[in-house]
Amino acid sequence: MPALLVLEDGTTFRGEGFGAGGTTFGEVVFNTALSGYQEVVTDPSYRRQLVTMTYPHQGNYGVNRDDAESHTVQASGLIVREVSRTTSNHRSEESLDGYLARHGVVGISEVDTRRLTRRIRSVGAMRAGISTEILDADELVDRVRQSPGMEGADLATGAGTTEPYDAPAEGDARFRVVAYDFGMKRNILRLLTGAGCDVRVVPATTDPDDVLAHEPDGVFLSNGPGDPAAVKHGIAAIGRLLQEQTPLFGICLGHQLLGRAVGAQTYKMTFGHRGANQPVRNLASGQVEVTSHNHGFAVATESLPGDGPFGAVEQTHVNLNDDVNEGLRCRDVPAFSVQYHPEAAPGPHDARYLFADFVSLMEGAR
Amino acid sequence: MPKRDDIESILILGSGPIVIGQACEFDYSGVQACKALRREGYRVILVNSNPATIMTDPDVADATYVEPLQAAFVEKVIAAERPDALLPTLGGQTGLNVGLELAESGVLAQYGVELIGAGVDAIRVAEDRRLFSEAMAEIGLDVAAAVRATSVEEAQAFAQEHGFPLLVRASFTLGGAGSGMAHDQASFDRLVAEGIAASPIGEVQVDESLLGWKEYELEVMRDHADNCVVICSIENLDAMGVHTGDSITVAPAQTLTDVEYQQMRDAAFAVMRRVGVATGGSNVQFAVNPATGRQVVVEMNPRVSRSSALASKATGFPIAKIAALLAVGYTLDEIPNDITRETLAAFEPVIDYVVTKIPRFAFEKFPTADRELTTRMKSVGEVMAIGRTFKESVGKALRSLEDGTIGFTGQAGDLDDDALREALRIPHERRLLDVDAALTRGWDPAEVAQLTGYDPWFVDQLLQIVEIRREVRSCETLRNVDATLLRRAKRVGLSDAVLAAVLHTTEAAVRQRRREQGVVPVFKTVDTCSAEFQAHTPYHYSTYEEETEVEVSGRPTVVILGSGPNRIGQGIEFDYCCVHAVLALREAGFDTVMVNCNPETVSTDYDTADRLYFEPLTLEDVLAVTDVEAAGDLRGVLVQFGGQTPLKLAHALAEAGVPILGTPPEAIDRAEDRGRFGAILDQLGIPQPPGAVARSLDEAVTTAQRIGFPVLVRPSYVLGGRAMEIVYDTDHMHDWLERNAGEGDVLVDKFLESAVEVDVDAVFDGSEVFVGGVMEHIEEAGVHSGDSACVLPPYTLGRGQQHRLRDYTAAIAEALGTRGLINIQYAIRDDVIHVLEANPRASRTTPFVSKATGVPLAKVAARVMTGATLAQLRDEGLLPPVDGITGPEPGHVAVKEAVLPFNRFQGVDTMLGPEMRSTGEVMGIDTDFGVAYAKSQAGTNAMVLPAKGTVFVSIANRDKRAMIFPVKRLVELGFEVMATQGTAETLRRAGVQARLVHKVHEGTPTIVDHIAAGEVDLVLNTPSGSTGTRVDGYEIRTAAVSHGVPCITTLSGILAAIQGIEGLRENKVGVRSLQDYHAELAALRLSTHPH
Ligand SMILES: Nc1ncnc2c1ncn2[C@@H]1O[C@H](COP(=O)(O)OP(=O)(O)O)[C@@H](O)[C@H]1O
Ligand SMILES: Nc1ncnc2c1ncn2[C@@H]1O[C@H](COP(=O)(O)OP(=O)(O)O)[C@@H](O)[C@H]1O
Ligand SMILES: [Mg+2]
Ligand SMILES: [Mg+2]
Repeated sequence: MPALLVLEDGTTFRGEGFGAGGTTFGEVVFNTALSGYQEVVTDPSYRRQLVTMTYPHQGNYGVNRDDAESHTVQASGLIVREVSRTTSNHRSEESLDGYLARHGVVGISEVDTRRLTRRIRSVGAMRAGISTEILDADELVDRVRQSPGMEGADLATGAGTTEPYDAPAEGDARFRVVAYDFGMKRNILRLLTGAGCDVRVVPATTDPDDVLAHEPDGVFLSNGPGDPAAVKHGIAAIGRLLQEQTPLFGICLGHQLLGRAVGAQTYKMTFGHRGANQPVRNLASGQVEVTSHNHGFAVATESLPGDGPFGAVEQTHVNLNDDVNEGLRCRDVPAFSVQYHPEAAPGPHDARYLFADFVSLMEGAR
Repeated sequence: MPKRDDIESILILGSGPIVIGQACEFDYSGVQACKALRREGYRVILVNSNPATIMTDPDVADATYVEPLQAAFVEKVIAAERPDALLPTLGGQTGLNVGLELAESGVLAQYGVELIGAGVDAIRVAEDRRLFSEAMAEIGLDVAAAVRATSVEEAQAFAQEHGFPLLVRASFTLGGAGSGMAHDQASFDRLVAEGIAASPIGEVQVDESLLGWKEYELEVMRDHADNCVVICSIENLDAMGVHTGDSITVAPAQTLTDVEYQQMRDAAFAVMRRVGVATGGSNVQFAVNPATGRQVVVEMNPRVSRSSALASKATGFPIAKIAALLAVGYTLDEIPNDITRETLAAFEPVIDYVVTKIPRFAFEKFPTADRELTTRMKSVGEVMAIGRTFKESVGKALRSLEDGTIGFTGQAGDLDDDALREALRIPHERRLLDVDAALTRGWDPAEVAQLTGYDPWFVDQLLQIVEIRREVRSCETLRNVDATLLRRAKRVGLSDAVLAAVLHTTEAAVRQRRREQGVVPVFKTVDTCSAEFQAHTPYHYSTYEEETEVEVSGRPTVVILGSGPNRIGQGIEFDYCCVHAVLALREAGFDTVMVNCNPETVSTDYDTADRLYFEPLTLEDVLAVTDVEAAGDLRGVLVQFGGQTPLKLAHALAEAGVPILGTPPEAIDRAEDRGRFGAILDQLGIPQPPGAVARSLDEAVTTAQRIGFPVLVRPSYVLGGRAMEIVYDTDHMHDWLERNAGEGDVLVDKFLESAVEVDVDAVFDGSEVFVGGVMEHIEEAGVHSGDSACVLPPYTLGRGQQHRLRDYTAAIAEALGTRGLINIQYAIRDDVIHVLEANPRASRTTPFVSKATGVPLAKVAARVMTGATLAQLRDEGLLPPVDGITGPEPGHVAVKEAVLPFNRFQGVDTMLGPEMRSTGEVMGIDTDFGVAYAKSQAGTNAMVLPAKGTVFVSIANRDKRAMIFPVKRLVELGFEVMATQGTAETLRRAGVQARLVHKVHEGTPTIVDHIAAGEVDLVLNTPSGSTGTRVDGYEIRTAAVSHGVPCITTLSGILAAIQGIEGLRENKVGVRSLQDYHAELAALRLSTHPH
């Protein structure tokens, strides 16, 4: 099945369709992780994005029930050099091709993904479209140009659960945590419950007073897709929680929302960080963590306030490659967050200690 | 923390000669480290006995000691240089063991030398399998169940408990020496006994079998701030049971989920931390049960390794360089990433291509060796290829091997199905091709996977190649293959040669069709980051995609073709020459372009040439490179430096319109075609052994009868003397012809008995010759020049003879029309100089000559080939005013000795002959010939001469007379003599009392038992008579090899050894740096030939 991929700047790639047939639009991004395609495509932060995997072979070890980061495929499309027609792993249950087809997601293979990546690197993340129906490049480019962009888009509302639910702690329940679900990855929940937290997962739009009524030891702010600036209600809710000195821990979108709530700015990066090899310096220890990333927006370091609505905010982590802010901590209220993914999945486990830090923060606030 | 300023000088140990298990990867690592440390301002002192390395170039370290890598010699260097620190992790197992020994014996403490990179405890825990298993248990990591034993009895209980198969391995050995899989009691008993003998501490470990599990390696780095990163993951195509060095391996890992991979990553860091490698690179090996995912740690190497070289080439991340910087106190986040410039070394490289490594073997040299691949490493080299998919990279790797394979053709000889099934089940050199054959026959991929232990994913990849090839074949003719199919075929890595074979046409026709259809490769870049950042190092590979990233410059450009995989007959020497050519031309203002496929080499370091193409050295792939380079100012290609590999391409390249620099293809032909070469010699009036080219069996026999036995026979057009033999009579001739039927024409030459062989390396610029050096062989003609020891300057040739050699060399070079390097081998008998052959290219001895004389011969040649004259180069100062013959005799003697892999191939006869079998070489240098010779023997590690003890003498009748004086001399030097009957009697008559011992068939204890019991320190055994290897001598020689007793098999070798022993006994053994020797020689030249 021939397929076509076009970018809004008119760049064209021809390949073979896989997964579902059809036409799909989104922001084209690339991820450099060598493994972990299942975790990537099921990560809700990839909503409305067409994900290019830079490693050429995808699907080799199939797909299994345990490694999905949410209940479905979240990315809007998948772009690869080659998709495996067999799967080989003792846990494999399904092929990547079949999995995407079952979830109605369009994929394109046989693409010169390196050329595409170099294009994205030099121009920036762009709107793009993949189609197995529209094989005329001009027509597809026109359609791409009509599709919505990422900036200003509130994709987080609705990416997560619509109903609250409880996830009990593994072993003894030591803390009560409420998690704002902007599109939370499963492994975050696993690590929170594994750290002795009884977690109540609530929808993105939950009223902070309802959260407070639950008398949590701490509140977790999840990852999620889209532009943080557009998630107004989330930012407001965080402000309310901070007033109550509720211990807060945020990851990715949660980090950006916390940043905005304490008075910092966020901005859209040229093409973001997506991969499992990003070096981040922990400014307190001086050590370098190799970390999993997936973000196209970031908190502007210079905007971290010395004296903001919630006092002083300091940078705790920084990306070694490009000095982008990767973490913050409030000096005057019990809140911290990181831009990257300590829960990994996929990626290295170097930053797992942050979950323990959250536990300490909650302990300290008791 | 920045670098340490409490140390100023650092001693680095190389890995010595190329042997199986340790090849030029350590030259690559060592060079990187030396360069990096010197750039940081440290004084670098280097010890390495291998003259063929770039590392021992006098401008790589501040003081270079070409001395044996033994504690006693290194101690002398320490005493002379007083370094502040010793970095032992760059010289492979050899360097590590010597470093450990110096630390444990207190030498380092005595001289206040700090061990950096890896501490004594870390080395011990990593190297001692018992300590390692205990350490793993402590941190909760799984290892194979195991027991240690120092006797067969001790190991027995474990065997009873676990049943066979069981893995037996010797503690503290390299590349699996002394290890093997025991499938029954008999093999178990044998392996345990052998392992105990092979282990320096007399211990074996017996492991639970993990045969058939998937094997992985992670290359990890750690700095003193405890930052840890994985540089590369490697998955073995061959399952556990085949040594990783002998396995086809692929980077990155292909069939691990991220969950499994991260578990392995965590484990690798835990291993490194527990073992206690404070800084540097390590290699951690894992086994994974494919049915359950259970992960087991196999071992870790606390140093750079062959895998780390592969990982560096595979990712663009220079592990050795970074390891050296970490050892002096830097942390990963303080070191820039050269490739991206804007990022740092603290990250994990990601790649957007697939890398495949295929080992290269040399079984054809050892016909009696067991070809099954096991836990004991047998390969002599390897190739690496890069493609965007596994299919593409494995296809490229296959055609890089240069073993006659053109790629996946689907043929498996004439194996029937049963034989093919067996060939899939038992690991061997060509199993990948058997898989291709089985899939071509339509076998179920699941069955193929099950038989081979290859992961089904890989089998499916191979099947895809088979399927596309089938589509091509069904087109029947080239014209029927449309552009789409052609492109698909190229995208799965099928070579033009395979397509030509499938379509019954020529490679040239396929190439033309491709070009017409626009099916040409593009070149992408290795950049450590999958294009996330811009790359500044032009390290390229070809693939069939849409965008090319090569940026040619407007500067005059020269392409240098490398030498491909290490093999017997063509090794690191040629890489050395290629690197020198690059350096010289870069300096002269050219843009240099390197093409090579051997990941172990310095030539494939990304900063050696201006542009690096990691590509097979086939016509197709080289033309693809010259095609893109032609967009710039391409002046031509150098085919002289990479040995026979590029030379073979010269004609075809020229035909395709690519300019060949230096010696033109016609001149190459004139030298290589026996008939034409012979005619030229006749014209010049230069003697050569009588001989002829025989086109049939009968003709071979009649020729031999005409010129008279003994004769030397060989198939035409071979390198390294393959299948070459001295034939003594007609029956023997028939026998040889039978064994070598079907090899084409046969060359029959009169064998010159008792002749002195000489090698001359020279550069000819069209009007003038510069002789780099004359090397007199110690062994007589008849022992391949690559296997014999040689001496520079000659130790018996007269000045007059040397001048005659110079005249001959100049005349031959001129008559052939060579430009650049030429190597001529001569045999001198009764003062007549015969020419044996002329090689219009760099030779195996080029680096040795340069090290011995201080003249960069390969650099000079590269300049000459690009237009400079010798006179110009003298003016520039690149050449001294006088050459190796017209100049003064140096005050020192350099001896080159070959290193043979007999300890790897049990049962192979060690008798030297005209077929080359050595893997590497060492150099001994001293002012005294005897000491230089003794050093060269010590450098081999196998032939270390004793200064006292018992010598066993068993001499062929024809040599008995000549042996009397030498043996008497040994008695004078205090040796006890043991001899077999005949030899003992001769000696007794000459007044030497020898202890009589039994020959093998004379009843126990035999001489073999005495050797095994450690009662013999030196064996002198010259082989009697003609061919039969089953003579007594064979048993004696193999016993000596397996018990590490030096065994000398030629009369001339024995005489040299005695001079060596005299040198040792007089205690004159000192050490001195190459820089010193060179400076002295330069001063001498200046004093005798002032400008
Ligand atoms: N328990 C085992 N069962 C089967 N094969 C093994 C086992 N342990 C090691 N091997 C094989 O033997 C090879 C060599 O073993 P290794 O421990 O890596 O030693 P070294 O590399 O030092 O020779 C490995 O590459 C692996 O293929
Ligand atoms: N006519 C000969 N008489 C004695 N020895 C010879 C003769 N020809 C060759 N040899 C021996 O055989 C070796 C290999 O022969 P050579 O012609 O150099 O082949 P190669 O191409 O393998 O180097 C030489 O190094 C020399 O020792
Ligand atoms: Mg190993
Ligand atoms: Mg020769």
